[in-house]
Amino acid sequence: MTDFLSAPIRRRGLVAASTSLLAAPALWTRPALAQAANAPGSAVIDVDRARTDPIPVAIPVFVGSGGDTDRLGRDIAGVITNNLARCGLFRAIDPAAFIGKTDNAPSPNFQNWKAIGAQALVTGKIDSQGGDKVRVEFRLWDVLPGLQIQGTAYTTTLSNWRRIAHIISDVIYERMLGEKGYFDTRVVYIAGSGPRDRRVKRLSIMDQDGENNRFLTDGGFLALTPRFHPTRDQIAFMSYVNDKPRVYLFDLGTGRQQMLGNFPGITLSPRFAPDGNSVIMAQTTNSGSDIYLVGLGGGARRLTDSGAIDVSPCFSPDGTQIVFNSDRGGDQQLYVMDASGGSTKRISFGRGRYATPVWSPRGDLIAFTRQSSDTFAIGIMRPDGSGERILSESFFCEGPTWAPNGRVLMFYRETAARDSRGNGFSSRLVSIDIAGFNERAIATPTDASDPAWSPLLQ
Amino acid sequence: MNIQILGAFAAVALLAACSSSETPKTEPVAAPVKGIVPGSQEDLVANVGDRVFFDFDKSTVKGTGAKTAANMSTLDKQAAWLAQWKQNNVQIAGNADERGTSEYNIALGAKRANAARSYLVAKGVAATRISTISFGKDRPVALGSNDEAWSQNRNAITSVR
Repeated sequence: MTDFLSAPIRRRGLVAASTSLLAAPALWTRPALAQAANAPGSAVIDVDRARTDPIPVAIPVFVGSGGDTDRLGRDIAGVITNNLARCGLFRAIDPAAFIGKTDNAPSPNFQNWKAIGAQALVTGKIDSQGGDKVRVEFRLWDVLPGLQIQGTAYTTTLSNWRRIAHIISDVIYERMLGEKGYFDTRVVYIAGSGPRDRRVKRLSIMDQDGENNRFLTDGGFLALTPRFHPTRDQIAFMSYVNDKPRVYLFDLGTGRQQMLGNFPGITLSPRFAPDGNSVIMAQTTNSGSDIYLVGLGGGARRLTDSGAIDVSPCFSPDGTQIVFNSDRGGDQQLYVMDASGGSTKRISFGRGRYATPVWSPRGDLIAFTRQSSDTFAIGIMRPDGSGERILSESFFCEGPTWAPNGRVLMFYRETAARDSRGNGFSSRLVSIDIAGFNERAIATPTDASDPAWSPLLQ
Repeated sequence: MNIQILGAFAAVALLAACSSSETPKTEPVAAPVKGIVPGSQEDLVANVGDRVFFDFDKSTVKGTGAKTAANMSTLDKQAAWLAQWKQNNVQIAGNADERGTSEYNIALGAKRANAARSYLVAKGVAATRISTISFGKDRPVALGSNDEAWSQNRNAITSVR
């Protein structure tokens, strides 16, 4: 397990110019400022705007030096192509259109790339370093002025090639768009199988593109609603082990799980606080459920006591506020309170019930599920409740989770059973950008639900 | 099984109503199903009724239509049965239909289980004999996606532990 979780990676700059660019701090202010300072003028695009003109990018296979490195060159270029095309902001030019050789000469023949409309060019080569060590060299070129934007070499093990491809994809995304990418990330989710009345639900993890899928629990007990720790390889989730539904912490390194806190009631809907030192979650009572802040090192503090169902709490990224779901007003709505449980105010006022609020990592938006009479929808609103926008609507969908750059949501969608035996039911993961474009299914080996996106890997 | 039995009772009642002006027919009344041990889980299901039903997004024993009377009847019989079989402890599992979000449904199911438990306790069953659990929408009894299935899945089910 540990090899894919924490395989070592060494990065270094290739040339002086790119090293200084690499060393520039990641700008995280307004997109316009970041783009102006950080990316070549011809490549700047506005990721807030719906994209009708994705950046045309050419990604020839990375040039190998024989043996495994040739295969790796094709595979790495393939993963980068898939990442960039799936994010909706790039258009990968069909390699059949490429003119001339792609031999990773010190300087590409830019005329050949201009001729097929490429705005960006990604080249790379791979050398064996002996044993299972390889050196992957990558360059990003701005085709029109004929300039190198980035050059980086990575030394790693053969088996770690996918992470290298994701890291390179993130570099391309950041250099071209002026914002952090989200490709070197994983998604923890619940794999579902078997008939609905005896559904097996397993804790599972995969790369954000659906690769490297692993089942983390054996299905002997229901597992629900996993969430990543902000920095550690740890997951908080709900487990029905021993028929005692409680919030547990799952250690990705050891595969062990441990109950969090000692509560008489059912505990559910955990999320880590931004500092990673505690978990905010709900405990059921006779009359509903209350929200608690539970320290990983012990101690618990009750934050709500409304006599209603208070559930699904989530901190703002600065840790000062908590958004949660409550039916205290009669049906499910979204409320924001300060981190100590005071100054509660309702923020959702549209038609229907609102649930599963999740604060964006950027702090600017809250994603939610909205339930109307016949349909469910995934939407976003500002933390004060204004600017509500529905991104996707269907028979059933719920549970949005944010990509770490706050630009993309993943959620799950279920189809209705078409007969009394449950045939026709399915549950699938879907991603969509916050403009409501580029909706895509994520392939999983079984039915899938409850996705949670990891932070960028360390 | 429970539902089939209810259906059979209803059919007998209809027959009786239609034929009220004619000579009453006599027919044998089915004996309690053979092989069922009194005081067992099967006894609870077949002869008492193991579940009560709830309105959409509601968690009170009181419901719309005939639900209130049916729920009270079932829980009254459960209380009497538990008074008779004092060695039996039970678990009440609260459930929800698929027309709700997962986390909220778990809390809603817990509320339903607690409502049934409170009723039994009010009828004299010792609170220590009744545990509760909620499966939210993860253990539906009906597998369809329609009003009938959803009404079956909004329940609290009692079982012998």
